[in-house]
Amino acid sequence: MKNYKYSEITPEKVYNNRRKFIKSVGLGLGSLTLSSVSLLNNAHSLENNLELTSYKDITTYNNYYEFGTGKGDPYKNSQEFKVKPWNVSIEGEVKNPITLSSDEILSLYPSEERVYRLRCVEGWSMVIPWMGFSLSKLLNRVSIKTEAKFVEFESVYDPEQMKGQRYPVLNWPYREGLRIDEAMHPLTTVVTGLYGKALPNQNGAPLRIFVPWKYGFKSAKAIVKMKLVKKMPTSSWMKASPREYGFYSNVNPNVNHPRWSQASERVIGGSLLSPRIETQMFNGYGDEVASLYSGMDLNKYF
Amino acid sequence: MLTQIHQRYLKMVIFILSLLPIFYIIYQILTNQLGPEPIKDITHHTGKWTLYFIVITLAMTPLKKITKINIWINYRRMFGLFIFFYASVHLMTYIGLDYRFNLKSIGDDIIKKKYIFIGFLAWLLLIPLAVTSNKKMMKILKDKWKKLHRLIYLISLFGVIHYLWLVKRDLTEPLIFLIIILILLIFRLKFKYKSFN
Repeated sequence: MKNYKYSEITPEKVYNNRRKFIKSVGLGLGSLTLSSVSLLNNAHSLENNLELTSYKDITTYNNYYEFGTGKGDPYKNSQEFKVKPWNVSIEGEVKNPITLSSDEILSLYPSEERVYRLRCVEGWSMVIPWMGFSLSKLLNRVSIKTEAKFVEFESVYDPEQMKGQRYPVLNWPYREGLRIDEAMHPLTTVVTGLYGKALPNQNGAPLRIFVPWKYGFKSAKAIVKMKLVKKMPTSSWMKASPREYGFYSNVNPNVNHPRWSQASERVIGGSLLSPRIETQMFNGYGDEVASLYSGMDLNKYF
Repeated sequence: MLTQIHQRYLKMVIFILSLLPIFYIIYQILTNQLGPEPIKDITHHTGKWTLYFIVITLAMTPLKKITKINIWINYRRMFGLFIFFYASVHLMTYIGLDYRFNLKSIGDDIIKKKYIFIGFLAWLLLIPLAVTSNKKMMKILKDKWKKLHRLIYLISLFGVIHYLWLVKRDLTEPLIFLIIILILLIFRLKFKYKSFN
């Protein structure tokens, strides 16, 4: 079936051990010097985050309809996908529109490790050690006009290379969007890699967005355009089924979905006997992001 | 024509073949061949086989009429019971393995999710058919037996609607099931109509 080089799997354990070591060093320093509060916070949030999902599961169990609707299709069908040359344009309601190559972006903004939980709307979750940086850094570069209220993300359209785009499963190219304050939030990440390596094609290479407190489909892959706009963009999933997929799509155990339980989730990589876990409001990032939605009826703006 | 003994052997072979899908999934569990969401795989596997057995069961009468051989009817009851078997394993996977008998969550699902509601309803309707499937009940119920067992037409539609409603985007597979089941049901209407004239 799937060929795995053993070398691809082993580093994960080494990686986890290294993480434990770094964490313990961090805790030690934290107790010695008061200045390392952020380190302590990191260690704290890691404690709650359980175990990292394996590299194999993260890279072979994907929803990426451009490469097919099966979970294994993206891995199978994306290996030949060309990610170079690659340009990303930032345009719309900005003073300085810009087009950067993925290489330029990578060298301008050094990536750091960011371990985030991923909650898919289908009721499963992973814990992924992404590499990336805050999207706000990139957006600050273009001087956003005050009229701009939203960012629309556009993924690449290339049916030659992306089998799934030859069928109208979704309205291609894939579109997603965020409100400006959501896009500027430090947790909103431009992802460039995972497990300390370059981002695999099936995970959205060369660049994708990751918004940890929203359902996975909000985090568009293989981005080619970011457009600052005045009106709320209509995402591909909203167009496909507005009743099921709202613009905000914050992880919310209290808002029901017609198909999947949003109250609980299955942790990927568990055995037949591992129980479901309860889904947390904002996927556990409520302390950081709940204030973005104060006063909003999240049942209405789902 | 087949002799009685041949028929009995054939029945045994069909019985064992009908159990292969459950052996296959058990084999996959034991050898760790299921994907990152093993419970989902088991649920989908048993759900699909429930639908296959619905199609097989519904095909027996048309096959009898077309081939003008009665033998098909000898296996109809067994196939019907396999519908109940796979539907029950499917339901138990969901209730026991997936939700750990958390009856509150399951109750919420049944009320809030229409695909679960209709699937559960289909399973409930199968119970009287399974209970009255033996010859003794056939004799007791007489004419009513036939009427009662026409419930399978409704159950088959509920089953395929259950599948249609749960699919996220690509409706190809549930639509193929729907078309096949509709053809098998229309076939019955046609024969009824003919026999009236």
